[in-house]
Amino acid sequence: MKADVATRERIKAPELREPLLELAGVTKSFPTVVANADVSLTVHPGEIHAILGENGAGKSTLMKMIYGVLTPDAGKIRWRGEDVSIRNPAHARSLGIGMVFQHFSLLETLTVGENISLATRDTAARLAPRIVEIGERFGLPVDPRSLVHSLSVGQRQRAEIIRCLLQEPALIIMDEPTSVLPPNGIPPLFATLRKLAAEGCAILFISHKLEEIRALCHTATVMRAGRVVAKVDPSNESNETLARLMIGHDLPRSHRTAPHPGDRPAMELRNLNHQPEDPFGTRLKEIDLPLYPGEIVGIAGVSGNGQRELAAILSGETVLPALERAALVIDGNPCGDVDAGARRKLGLAFVPEERNGRGAVPEMSLTKNVLLTAHRLGMVRRGMIAFDSARAFAEKCIKEMDVRCGGSDAEAQSLSGGNLQKFIIGREIRLKPKIMIASQPTWGVDVGAAASIRQQLIDLRDQGTAILVISDELEELLEMADRVHVLFRGRLSPPIARSEASTGLVGSYMTGDFLSAESSRKAVLA
Amino acid sequence: MQTITFVLAGTMLAATPLLIAALGELIAEKSGILNLSVEGMMALGAAIGFIVVMETGSYWLAFLAGGLVSTLLAALFGAVVLLALGNQVATGLAVGILGVGLAALIGKPYESKTVPPMPRMPIPFLSDIPVIGPGLFNHVVLVYLAPLAALGLWWLFRYSKLGLIIRAVGESPEASHAIGHNVMLVRLLAVLAGGFLAGVAGAFISVASTTLWSDGMIAGRGWIVVALVVFGTWRVGRVMIGAYLFGIASIAELLVQSTGIGVPSQLLTSIPYVATIVAIALLSMDGRRIRLNAPVSLGRVYREAQ
Repeated sequence: MKADVATRERIKAPELREPLLELAGVTKSFPTVVANADVSLTVHPGEIHAILGENGAGKSTLMKMIYGVLTPDAGKIRWRGEDVSIRNPAHARSLGIGMVFQHFSLLETLTVGENISLATRDTAARLAPRIVEIGERFGLPVDPRSLVHSLSVGQRQRAEIIRCLLQEPALIIMDEPTSVLPPNGIPPLFATLRKLAAEGCAILFISHKLEEIRALCHTATVMRAGRVVAKVDPSNESNETLARLMIGHDLPRSHRTAPHPGDRPAMELRNLNHQPEDPFGTRLKEIDLPLYPGEIVGIAGVSGNGQRELAAILSGETVLPALERAALVIDGNPCGDVDAGARRKLGLAFVPEERNGRGAVPEMSLTKNVLLTAHRLGMVRRGMIAFDSARAFAEKCIKEMDVRCGGSDAEAQSLSGGNLQKFIIGREIRLKPKIMIASQPTWGVDVGAAASIRQQLIDLRDQGTAILVISDELEELLEMADRVHVLFRGRLSPPIARSEASTGLVGSYMTGDFLSAESSRKAVLA
Repeated sequence: MQTITFVLAGTMLAATPLLIAALGELIAEKSGILNLSVEGMMALGAAIGFIVVMETGSYWLAFLAGGLVSTLLAALFGAVVLLALGNQVATGLAVGILGVGLAALIGKPYESKTVPPMPRMPIPFLSDIPVIGPGLFNHVVLVYLAPLAALGLWWLFRYSKLGLIIRAVGESPEASHAIGHNVMLVRLLAVLAGGFLAGVAGAFISVASTTLWSDGMIAGRGWIVVALVVFGTWRVGRVMIGAYLFGIASIAELLVQSTGIGVPSQLLTSIPYVATIVAIALLSMDGRRIRLNAPVSLGRVYREAQ
């Protein structure tokens, strides 16, 4: 600690305003891919430095090397002017490098204080006043005694940032910190980060959201396919120029026509109440949701507000008890107690958020993965698998969806997340479903592929399929959906029509504003 | 009256080794390692402990030696599972069989011999209480130490930093590594602690409760230990209840036998096993509770990123 205090004072001295962190020629390869090739980077104290790139561009690998989780194959890392090889995260932290993870490294069954104490020498009880003090200083209110699983995602992030700040780091790495926040949670986070930078702390801000980088960062290093392609001042750039640097070409524009929804819902939830098995799950309360053929309904909300539970109920992974079967209606028939396989027979297709393990079997070839859901299309005859037609299906899917892979015999796990997702979406679309449930369809998919997946779903809608998209990405829903609902603490908001949907309105629903509006309306009716 | 005293005394004696070994297994499982070789570790501890008493006459040395030798066996298990990233179930079974075999080999010359029972340490005043006094408070020291150890372990997991770290490692090795803990080291120490306690428990059986050595004398109690931890939903209190339940059930078996009812003895011998599992299974019917307490990464191979 003493050393850190000393360095903090040194930072203020102008003659030491030289680079805090320098990377030169850093390279890292994995068995199938070169994740980072000859990457160079310089970060100064007090600088908010953006690392901008698509998913798979090598941002995370680079950060993991700085934080000591991975070791580079080649290249140099210089910290405060001296060559270092960072052995592990503990070493990185002793140097003064902290990291706030995208998928939090907090343990759900412990309190905030206990979680933070795990990373320090102190006990939770002795840390509590310091947690509160740092929370007040940087605008990060969180109660050290509350259990992590009871916290919202934003509160968890605050706890994680406080844990990082307790080490008094000179550099903080933030991995996509805004992707888990509701729109109104972003300005306070930015205020905290600016305050930190003003005190001399450098911040590496990883993101693919262009607006945010332009609003917050002093410098941006743009990465594409493992290489640094540009270093720019983001305030001098526009979204378009940054996007072009990031993906190498202009963004494709989606084209959509007005929807023509049918009159009778293809699927409907009627006053659904559900308490999940998982003790950390969200209880769903009084959900009414009709889904008409030929429309796309978007479910927005900060993750952890019941999205997972809702998707499981719609897909049939969670089967309702027979008494409550009427809560879910498919094509006019109560189907709540019908299992996932039988629902697929009724024309339902489902794209889960996890690709490997739920959407596809990682160890099986793409051809065999086709059989998992498409076996009804004549690929099984008298109990025997017709591999020819399965392979033809897989190859068609690969070609039409532009899936980059080693052919139809490639194992699912050999594909990158985005490519596998394209394959899975393609497979489900080709089942010609009447109802399509897609959970986080473009999560972790690069911008270009995401655009093509959205277009495919819009085209499917125009063929008369009822589509429900659950997504954390608000922009995605505003682009695709004909109406948007918001899930907040297991409750579903009233619909917002496409014409009225704006970031502001949906954002206010994401923090539960619709609940008070609803209760006051009920009071008036009473 | 005498029956009650007999039941109490027998329960304590039968439950103590189970509780000791189960606490060890609980430490290992809380850190995320499923150690299925408890049976072998107890057998080895029993053999070594018995030999040490035969040769030196020191009971404390017997517990120490039994514990240390089982710790070595646990080190072998730990090396395969943690360093060679072996499958925990397969490795546990193999090391367990090795332990049982080694015990039989080492104990061969001592087969069916007996040692004088370990001297008891009656607790002043308490042991003079009629009926329950002699049943509960006139035992060898370990019988009193075991529940105290359980209390200590409960405190450790609930209030101490070390307990927090063990839980964190078992919950999410990736996150623990990321915040700077040495996952391998914590897990190895947890496995070694588990091995030591299993060895002590084995030695307790051969030198304090049965006072004889014969091949196969652990008789599946190592497996009961594993079941106790799982059905006790990884909570010290429930594991302890389970251990004493097993103790009562094994005495019930003797009582029924002594009444002379014409039930095959094999059936009676199975009572404690069946009763314990049924009782604890009923205790742990709540799936939510299991999810709250089960170490998330239990049994999963964890490999540090390179």
